[in-house]
Amino acid sequence: MVPAMTGIHPSDADFSGSQLVCVRGGRVVFAGLSFALAAGDALVLLGPNGSGKSSLLRLMAGLLKPFSGTLAWRRRAVSDDPEAHAARSHYVGHHDAIKPVLSVAENVAFWARLHEPRGDAAGQRVAGALERFSLAHLSALPGKMLSAGQRRRANLARLLAAPSPLWLLDEPTTALDRGSIRVLEGVLAEHRAQGGMVALSTHADIDLPGAREIHLDRFAPSAELAEMFL
Amino acid sequence: MSRFGEIVRRDLRLALRQGSDSVMVVTFFVLTVVLFPFGIGPEANILARVAPGVLWVTALLASMLSLDRLFQADYEDGSLELLVLTPTPLEVVVAAKVVAHWLTTGLPLLAAAPVLAVLLNLDAAGFKILLLTMLVGTPILSLVGAVGAALVLGARRGGVLLSLLILPLYVPVLIFGVGAIDATLQGLEPRAHLLILGGMLAGALALAPWAAAAALRQALE
Repeated sequence: MVPAMTGIHPSDADFSGSQLVCVRGGRVVFAGLSFALAAGDALVLLGPNGSGKSSLLRLMAGLLKPFSGTLAWRRRAVSDDPEAHAARSHYVGHHDAIKPVLSVAENVAFWARLHEPRGDAAGQRVAGALERFSLAHLSALPGKMLSAGQRRRANLARLLAAPSPLWLLDEPTTALDRGSIRVLEGVLAEHRAQGGMVALSTHADIDLPGAREIHLDRFAPSAELAEMFL
Repeated sequence: MSRFGEIVRRDLRLALRQGSDSVMVVTFFVLTVVLFPFGIGPEANILARVAPGVLWVTALLASMLSLDRLFQADYEDGSLELLVLTPTPLEVVVAAKVVAHWLTTGLPLLAAAPVLAVLLNLDAAGFKILLLTMLVGTPILSLVGAVGAALVLGARRGGVLLSLLILPLYVPVLIFGVGAIDATLQGLEPRAHLLILGGMLAGALALAPWAAAAALRQALE
């Protein structure tokens, strides 16, 4: 097995996974994968299509259960308290979760309030998040009028509208123009400077200084392990 | 505001802006009931005799019409993933969505029922009990329907599958709903029927959110 491929020891990490095995539709996607993230860290998931980048992010978010292996937050298993894990993480998937009949501001504000119902400055934070992703002038527009890139930016605005330390981004640059990718890079850098953590998968070039990489194709199961599940 | 309230408010707002679901359900209810006098003939006695059954069966079908959209829209646009990842038990999310579903479909049915009862020449003694049985019965339809809607998520032709799955489960509600009205019309005490309906509502309230939440988790795996 490949050892944990990070510099820090898992016990010092805020968020870590050890010996994760992911099985989808009776097929082993990856096996023996370990990672560790401490405050300010970024993790980039690389690998060809179907190598399990999205599966790993869904596993980290709690949408999937690992076939074996554990995920831990500050040494406590994530599965012990899934709601606490949901409260400290933001997941951005392939779909943008923008309702066509709600305005951009209503869409973002709903998710922000759902994430943090007692957020005092929630309204201000939503406005700030829209401003940051250059959506302020579109905030009253219904979701159905947005382009794919604008929808993606509205989805990303959720990250700033309700703060959470762990961001799990599945190809966040999809449909974004170059300027918006620069904005996203700035947002990610600030988040890390404040002690936040980021795990993201990408096919595009995105500037994440000091980010560690996981090449998922290296965790593809060996032939005999794959056979065990047949 | 609590997360429960947020979800109810958002679903009500969506229903209000889209408008189609509630209107469609009530229109279906009205049109189908109106078909019966044409099919059976306008004789008042016969209509009065079949009125409780016709109203309940039609209400049941109407409420089922909107069920396949209950989770489907959220499933398709990715909202369901985020709802599952809300820092609150998924059962609460499901309960909130069911409440919103009842407010946008069950309640309009309840409002339309007395008008249609007049059309079918239902005896005046049956009006109060008709509303009462529907008040207790339609939430059961939404609750049980939510389990079915969650189970067929992602299936092709989910709407058809849903009716095959859910209609048999609606039969007890139909029996005791109509039974209570018939008992009243014959001058008997409808209490026993109502208590059983109430028991079914209590059971559905306790069990349906869990079952639907489990089905949703399965659908997102």
